[in-house]
Amino acid sequence: MVSANTELTYNSKIEGDVIVSRADSVINWIRSNSMWPMPMGLACCAIELMATAASRFDIARFGAEVMRFSPKQSDVMIVAGTVTYKMSSALRRIYDQMAEPKWVIAMGACASTGGMYRSYAVLQGVDRIVPVDVYVSGCPPRPEALLDALIKLQEKVKREPSAGKLFSA
Amino acid sequence: MPAALDAIAAVKGRWAGVTDRASLDHPAVNVPASDLVAVLRSLKEEHGFDMLVDVSGVDWSVRANPRFTVVYHVFSTVGHDYVRVAADCADAGAPEVPSATGLWPGADWHERETYDMFGIRFTGHPDLRRILMWDEYPHFPLRKDFPLAGIETTLPDAEVVAETKTGAIAAPMMGGPFVASPGEINLTEAEPRAKDESWTERRPKPGA
Repeated sequence: MVSANTELTYNSKIEGDVIVSRADSVINWIRSNSMWPMPMGLACCAIELMATAASRFDIARFGAEVMRFSPKQSDVMIVAGTVTYKMSSALRRIYDQMAEPKWVIAMGACASTGGMYRSYAVLQGVDRIVPVDVYVSGCPPRPEALLDALIKLQEKVKREPSAGKLFSA
Repeated sequence: MPAALDAIAAVKGRWAGVTDRASLDHPAVNVPASDLVAVLRSLKEEHGFDMLVDVSGVDWSVRANPRFTVVYHVFSTVGHDYVRVAADCADAGAPEVPSATGLWPGADWHERETYDMFGIRFTGHPDLRRILMWDEYPHFPLRKDFPLAGIETTLPDAEVVAETKTGAIAAPMMGGPFVASPGEINLTEAEPRAKDESWTERRPKPGA
């Protein structure tokens, strides 16, 4: 039996237990602090990605330690490495299989622009097939650079009008 | 006398079409495509060259005749010596040599790669598909008439193409390809830079 709470006035007994905030802030706070990565490790950048996840750099400090190899459980795809044209369709399919909301980090020169591979076989920047949120420079980038990208992405997520999107879609 | 020279002398004595091939390192022979498998079998079974190290192709030039050559490297694990065997493809339009997969199962992927890059067909190969590029790719990238930057082509997955409106493009090559000069003490001098700036994807290669 649920009884309606008719007590709308100030109640000193629950003072300190109630927080008033905006839905956007709450949702974004939750989202940005547990971004599960989809590790799209395709080349040597993947080694730095692993180093970022390991004890020395410890991506768990930013709530992104749960590397999901299943796209349906992940929030942010970290494209770490050279994307060949042959792989690009698979990459796009995995991106499509990720549940909304989803973000993409292009890690390193190859994922961002094709890098040194000015070639008939290499996709000239992963932004040609998926929308990229953060680009990381470097060949490969140091783990700190990837952590910085993650923090930048968290800041971006915190500015999103997520509640409006959540209830309108 | 090293095993390789022995073997070459024996092979040359047995097949009249086998001739010496200029080589800076290992002994090498030219073999007519029709005798290729027989010569490789003889090297493998009678002379101990039991390991196939590499199969690759050469495109001499669009105008050259014969245009394509297939090169095999075989190694003797007993004599510790290499022999290089080269066979010209008679028809430049549809280059073809017999497959060595019957002798070495390991020839399978080497021949698929040579087919993928040069379009040289290996008759008798059990599964001659592309190995590096996708199956529908219409070009052979290591041929001399294929531009370094690539050719605009559609991607294999129609759904992805419809969604992303993108395809394989001729890669931006301005100023490239970039190569470092080894042995330079001054690191600024040794920086990778364009080797041949006379042509790009916008200006065609002179004399091509």
